[in-house]
Amino acid sequence: MSSLLRNQKVRNALLQLLYVGSIAALVLAGVAIARQNLAEQGITSGFDFLSKSTGWDVNFSLLPATANDPYWWFFLIGIINTLFLGSVGLMLATIVGTIVGLARTSSNELARLLGRTYVDIFRNIPLILQVFFWYAVITHLPTPRSAYEAWGMLLTSRGLYVPVPNVGGPAMTLAIFALIAAIALPVWLGRTSRLSQPIGERLAIQLAGAAAALAGAAIILAIGRLPDLPLVDFPALQGLNLKGGLRIPPEFSALAIAIAIYGGSYIAEIVRGGFKAVGKGQMEAALSLGLSPWRVFTLVRLPLALRAMLPILANQYVWLIKATTMGIAVGFTDFFMIVALTINHSGQTLEAIGILMAGFLTINLSLAAVFNRINKAIALKGNQLRG
Amino acid sequence: MEMIVVAPSAPGRIEDLRRRFFARPLQALLSLVSLATMVFLAWKLLNWAIFSAVFTTSGGPEACQAAAGACWSVIAARWRIILFGLYPFEEQWRSALACVAVVVMTVLSCIPAFWTGRRIALVWGVGTALYYVLMKGGMLGLAYVGEEAWGGLALTLFIFVTTCLIGFPLAICLALLRRSELPWISHTTGLIIDGVRSLPLISILFTFAVVLPFALPQWLAGDKLYRVIIGSALFFSAYQAEIVRGGMQGVPKGQEEAAMALGMSYWQRIGRILLPQAMRNALPATINQFVISFKETSLVVIVGFFEILASGNAAYGTGEWRFAYVEVYAFIAFIYFVFVFSLSRYGAFLERRMSVGER
Repeated sequence: MSSLLRNQKVRNALLQLLYVGSIAALVLAGVAIARQNLAEQGITSGFDFLSKSTGWDVNFSLLPATANDPYWWFFLIGIINTLFLGSVGLMLATIVGTIVGLARTSSNELARLLGRTYVDIFRNIPLILQVFFWYAVITHLPTPRSAYEAWGMLLTSRGLYVPVPNVGGPAMTLAIFALIAAIALPVWLGRTSRLSQPIGERLAIQLAGAAAALAGAAIILAIGRLPDLPLVDFPALQGLNLKGGLRIPPEFSALAIAIAIYGGSYIAEIVRGGFKAVGKGQMEAALSLGLSPWRVFTLVRLPLALRAMLPILANQYVWLIKATTMGIAVGFTDFFMIVALTINHSGQTLEAIGILMAGFLTINLSLAAVFNRINKAIALKGNQLRG
Repeated sequence: MEMIVVAPSAPGRIEDLRRRFFARPLQALLSLVSLATMVFLAWKLLNWAIFSAVFTTSGGPEACQAAAGACWSVIAARWRIILFGLYPFEEQWRSALACVAVVVMTVLSCIPAFWTGRRIALVWGVGTALYYVLMKGGMLGLAYVGEEAWGGLALTLFIFVTTCLIGFPLAICLALLRRSELPWISHTTGLIIDGVRSLPLISILFTFAVVLPFALPQWLAGDKLYRVIIGSALFFSAYQAEIVRGGMQGVPKGQEEAAMALGMSYWQRIGRILLPQAMRNALPATINQFVISFKETSLVVIVGFFEILASGNAAYGTGEWRFAYVEVYAFIAFIYFVFVFSLSRYGAFLERRMSVGER
């Protein structure tokens, strides 16, 4: 026996068995105790509860939701809310971060100072504090009767009311895609057309593409409009409340603003790092070829910097998606808040935690997979980032 | 042939300014816009925070609300709640002293003379013990104050310090286990680290605060505060483990091989060769992780703790000071800023200092 223990292979196998076994035993014991405790409270384990109706409501949903809907539907709503808030926050943070990051890499000392002040202030204040702050600011806005008004929008303590077109759901979706195409098409056309083409010709093609997409959007809206109603539905005061338009609740705006500002300060640093990684020689070579400063930027510095920052940016995006769980602080029904509410109301603790873990793992892994593919697709061969 | 070198005359002050800020039209525009933005924001901020602000409590909330600028009276009236939470009023000096102990401990551990394993452990051990005795009392003639009454800045600091204190050794263990040569051990550890990293901290805090009591036998459940601290330490260690592992990968393989050739045992190799060099490599990222976890202590407000953010909410949430939320949040943001900014500046300083030594 003792000679067996002295054998390296046997010892290694035993050690591994002990380690994995004890962790598995801990987890299993925890689950067993939890099941017993829950059973004592009259809660049957299993996923049957998913088809039961919840009996409570959500305050924000992109899909129709009532208290009679089953749990699985609410989980879906939660995931969609998380992804929606995440993507809006991501986009805004990327815009803020790009502007501030460019200011930080600018050759102008004043712009650099401005960018640096922004990053130093907002990066060093916890996100949740910023969420609370913006939520307090929005809920302290005037009541609907004395709302701020601008471009047909109304800003009140109950949220931001924006005018929306009176158009059916499917047509609206199509129109939104057409609008996205109106922005994406010129960019794509600009990238595929040849560098040797005269600038005027390229610009004409790009403008034509954008105009075609916009015209498409207008036609879809005209066909899909609801009969007997004005084309645009403006929010207006009726009695003590506001009617019409689309209401963006304070919870959502507070989270989106906070994520944009806080995330923007992190993304600004990533953008700065990306531009710093582009070798000086690349820029000098481009300038000596006679390219204008603008073309040096769009054709040389930006593509190279983008490649350098993408892997770090992917991490930051995953982090930002996880940051949507702050929704629970102000009562935005994101995925995590739905899970927490489920535990409170149904007591299906283990199942709900399992769903939470599976949901975030799926979101994170798919985001990582997407970024890995982009990364591979645009990666440069060789060592062009140096020098 | 004789070469004549004419040194360009040093530009005058105005010429220098012109070159720096107004060299091209676009450059000049950018300078002017930046300058205008800065002056405008600085004036607005100064005007709000100082020139038109009210600093005394004499007028009460009404006079304060009427003022055009900030109402710092709310801080003057409520600073004790914000800093100490629900801690008994007469005992709040203890809470303040405990905060000082934590700050001194942090400053000491920033000094290179304390960077040996034993000294740093001594500083943190003594500091935490001092904090604990001061806050909890029940000995040395100090009145007993239970954890449920702890709050404000003192609680924030306690959660931060204990998270690091538990999380750091755990992180080193996890990193060592992950680079183990035994495949099952390294894979299982990798699974744990990646699993924890893929979850949001809030969900982990929630699980440890609310769900864990179900999954633990009664005698093990303990106080909610300590469960949350362990959850946050676990989260910290999952991230820190990857940082330590990165530092270990930066140590040349020859170092360990040389140690092995000298006949050092596993623990000697780890403790005397690998870890000191790995920690040096990982120092900047480690400081960054400390900064992040200090900010993340604020998340415990969600599982119902009365730390500085929650006590700030309470400070303006009641009746008469309802309008003064901006001032309260600005005050708390300033406290966070002081801690986080000085830590991250220190990190940047270290990074520079170390890169000077290497290149």
